[in-house]
Amino acid sequence: MREVYVIGSGLTKIGNLWDKGLRDLAVEAGLAAMEEAGVESVDAVFVGNMMSGILNAQENLGSYVADYLGLSGVPAFKVEAACASGGAAVVSAAMAIKSGLFDRVLVVGVEKMSDMTATEDVTSALATASEADYELFWGASFVSLNALIMRAYAQRYGLKEEDFGWMPILMHKNASDVPYAQLRFPITMEAYLSSPKIADPIKLLDSAPMGDGSAAAVLSASERRDGEGISVALVGFGSATDAMALYTREDLVELKGAKLAAKRAMEMAEVTPRDLQVLEVHDAFSVMGYLNLEALGVVEPGKASRLIESGDADRSGSLPVNPEGGLKARGHPVGATGVYQFVELYRQLSGRAGPAQAGSPELGAAMNVGGTGSNVVVTILRRVS
Amino acid sequence: MWAFNPSIPPIKREMPSRYRLEGFECHDCGFRSLPPRQVCPRCGSRNVSRVRLPRRGRVLQHAVVHSAPRGYEFYTPYVLALIELEDGTRIFSQLTDVDPEEVTQGMEVEAVLRKVRVGGHGGPVAYGLKFRPVLER
Repeated sequence: MREVYVIGSGLTKIGNLWDKGLRDLAVEAGLAAMEEAGVESVDAVFVGNMMSGILNAQENLGSYVADYLGLSGVPAFKVEAACASGGAAVVSAAMAIKSGLFDRVLVVGVEKMSDMTATEDVTSALATASEADYELFWGASFVSLNALIMRAYAQRYGLKEEDFGWMPILMHKNASDVPYAQLRFPITMEAYLSSPKIADPIKLLDSAPMGDGSAAAVLSASERRDGEGISVALVGFGSATDAMALYTREDLVELKGAKLAAKRAMEMAEVTPRDLQVLEVHDAFSVMGYLNLEALGVVEPGKASRLIESGDADRSGSLPVNPEGGLKARGHPVGATGVYQFVELYRQLSGRAGPAQAGSPELGAAMNVGGTGSNVVVTILRRVS
Repeated sequence: MWAFNPSIPPIKREMPSRYRLEGFECHDCGFRSLPPRQVCPRCGSRNVSRVRLPRRGRVLQHAVVHSAPRGYEFYTPYVLALIELEDGTRIFSQLTDVDPEEVTQGMEVEAVLRKVRVGGHGGPVAYGLKFRPVLER
């Protein structure tokens, strides 16, 4: 089967970007990716986005983004899988290239959240990732569903409040020198422990912020080496689903979909968890970050907090995790997040991560989680030189 | 401004499950859940039928909501719970008539009809079975 290479990337700053709309963000990231790839046209566009219909009264995003990128005429699609929309768009583009139908595809992840100025509105929109009639109906927010998971996880493994603080502390430390990150300041354990609870036991500092942003990548069937003879290949990808509603799962703390997606991606790449040298995981909440690490098979169940606490997951550690600050501090513009992770992984492997560069990894994985684990995408990139 | 506003058709459609706990039972693997389904999500069997689930159970896990979705702010802080009914079926609902601080794991609860959501100004009112602590017998 054909290989898939990443040949260009672009991203915008993340935050409450009042002066930039949905199209401005998508165009900024899209043009940057095409410029880095050295191309002026593509065969197709895949847009990852979750909530533009609700937040911006704008659907039909394939046409919308293609038009403003000056690409009208190309086939273009919106791909939606809740918070995994970005990852799902990457996988859709990769499948299109592998099929032989397209040679060069632009993936754009975008979410414009701050057009809804009240938190309750965005909370409602985010909650549509759960089951409307039997979760959202009862007033479930995304945070409260994750709170159930966190409580069950803490009980299963006998974890204390502070065990969950290590994840956001590392994320804030990592993001502090990343130019495009949303929360560029460190936090202390004291601040973590005293931060207000938004859905007991989840604290404000367990949670990723709301923000606007867009990330883009150009995927290609042909390799494009940089000045140093390096290129990056998408050697494995996998996606999987799990029960839609949390209450219908056998076990609250087992992300079956995440495990399946990881297994599929690793089988395609012909690698094992031990081979991975850098990770991008979906830490929308501290507990979700831990469950991602466990689903990827890099730590035993219940031991993820120790991996972070030990320093092994630092940029200079043996297995750097989210060197750019993850969802918690780099930011989580929902439908764009999977593409941010993908672009960051690409930059780590090609040595272009700037201050966030964590050594010189050759193989890495990104895990992008939708819903409470109901839709998960894993991508694996390898440096070719 | 956007909110999840159940309109009359879905409120009417979901009444059997929300008012009477009508769920489904798989005759091959025994799995029971709400709402009714045509295919068992655990074993894939289509040999299923509707079943009335028991109205009592116990709290398996709960979360207290302080920051609510639009339309639910009035009720904060409220308690969401994963409840195991007497027959082992797990459902999701709100607890009521209880102080969030007093909720304990394993607490015995029973179903009671309560108002859940008022759909905007003059919109329909949705009811459902919430769960309250079983009173001393």
